[in-house]
Amino acid sequence: MEHYRIPELVCPAGGLPALKAAVDNGADAVYFGCKNETNARNFAGLNFTRETMSEGIAYAHARGRRALMAINTFPVPGRENDWREAIDSASGLGVDAVLLADIGLLDYAHEHYPELSLHLSVQGSATSHEAINFIHREFGIKRVVLPRVLTLAQVAQIIRNTPVEVEVFGFGSLCVMNEGRCWLSSYATGESPNTAGACSPAKFVKWEKSPGWMSTRLNGILIDRYTDDERAGYPALCKGRFEVNGETYYALEEPVSLNVLEILPDIVKTGVSAIKVEGRQRSPAYVALVTRILRAALDALGRDIAGFRIDPAWRADLARISEGAQITLGAYNRPWR
Amino acid sequence: MREFRFFPLSTFRLPGFVPAVTRRLPQWPPAVALTVALNAMIRLGVLPKENLDPLEGRTFLVEVLDAGSRISFAFRNGAFFPAASGMPDLIFRANLSAFLRLVARRDDPDTLFFNRELFVEGDTELGLVVKNTLDAIEWPKIPEFAAWPIVRCRV
Ligand code: SF4
Repeated sequence: MEHYRIPELVCPAGGLPALKAAVDNGADAVYFGCKNETNARNFAGLNFTRETMSEGIAYAHARGRRALMAINTFPVPGRENDWREAIDSASGLGVDAVLLADIGLLDYAHEHYPELSLHLSVQGSATSHEAINFIHREFGIKRVVLPRVLTLAQVAQIIRNTPVEVEVFGFGSLCVMNEGRCWLSSYATGESPNTAGACSPAKFVKWEKSPGWMSTRLNGILIDRYTDDERAGYPALCKGRFEVNGETYYALEEPVSLNVLEILPDIVKTGVSAIKVEGRQRSPAYVALVTRILRAALDALGRDIAGFRIDPAWRADLARISEGAQITLGAYNRPWR
Repeated sequence: MREFRFFPLSTFRLPGFVPAVTRRLPQWPPAVALTVALNAMIRLGVLPKENLDPLEGRTFLVEVLDAGSRISFAFRNGAFFPAASGMPDLIFRANLSAFLRLVARRDDPDTLFFNRELFVEGDTELGLVVKNTLDAIEWPKIPEFAAWPIVRCRV
């Protein structure tokens, strides 16, 4: 029987109950951020204070799981200290690794905390082994989180050519264009993920219900209009329906979610070190369910990869909690290169 | 994580005559019960006070569609009060079963929203604060006496 290393399951936590839900349902590692712009899910009321973070880290460590802190936005010029302080506190709190995207911060962490494990965040947009090996050589990163723009063959090629551990996304909403480097949100609102830590911030979002319809607007711009039986999604500009040459359709990208269950055995065979679940903005119920299903799937793969069968209930549950109308394999199985 | 299991929570819808009946009842008793429960949660430290600052001076409407009941309340000077109906800052609308699945953490608000079972209108950022505040609550800390009014006031 073939045996492969089962990747670490890395799950999101927007708060303490979500962190505990992830740990209790079988996450090997949890990732989280502070209550400020230093992470890419800077939403009102979300994330951790120093106290809740230290409680969360203790909870994970007591159960033999790892705690990862995301400091994955780009410092605002003149306020670099806020980001450096986040790294200082990560080290003080005893996290197992920090997720960074900015080269200046990688340098700071590498120089001041040589013991601290560094992961290159997906926001760092390293998509080739040359880029990854460069960051590894300069800052000693231990792991890279690959952007969701690569095919499975490209992921495998990177793994063959780098000493750095590779983490890929397994489930969640998709940010389709270059992982938050896109400026669509800034175009509409003046704020984007890598500047203010959120795409399409809630203060610019309006849902309007009228008989038979629901419209969503971002800073006044009509993004989409759903009939009563259509599934809804977040109002990111990239996932809107627009009129182009007299036709109204999803001109940039369909509002779909990623779910790799169908190709999980192939992903494991590439030798990835970790599989990540997106969704720090989601509630404990979501985290519990996704974690439980992926844990069961990975455990099944660990027992017998050739005999792996997807439980139909997993598929149905994951489809129900996903954003948008469809679930896809994202770029993993795109025919183009 | 311990879940609340008052009764099995599947998707159901109250019979059509229920709204006709409840609409004739005053909206105050459920609003009183809900605000008493919320204030008890503040006192017990279950609802973290500092997270509630953004709610100051805002009014909310929770409408249970299939029960035909509307609960208006406001947050002023650090406490919840039943509010006279007016223009709320934030409206949550859903059938009873969706609200129950939400409170029991069986479903998350985004899931219900994507599935069009939960409607949110008004100030979206305020909605996010409310959602994230609810998500940050460690339910097992709530003693039964504080939880009961929440369960009972829903219809
Ligand atoms: S608009 Fe779309 S592609 Fe751009 S940051 Fe937002 S989610 Fe990502």
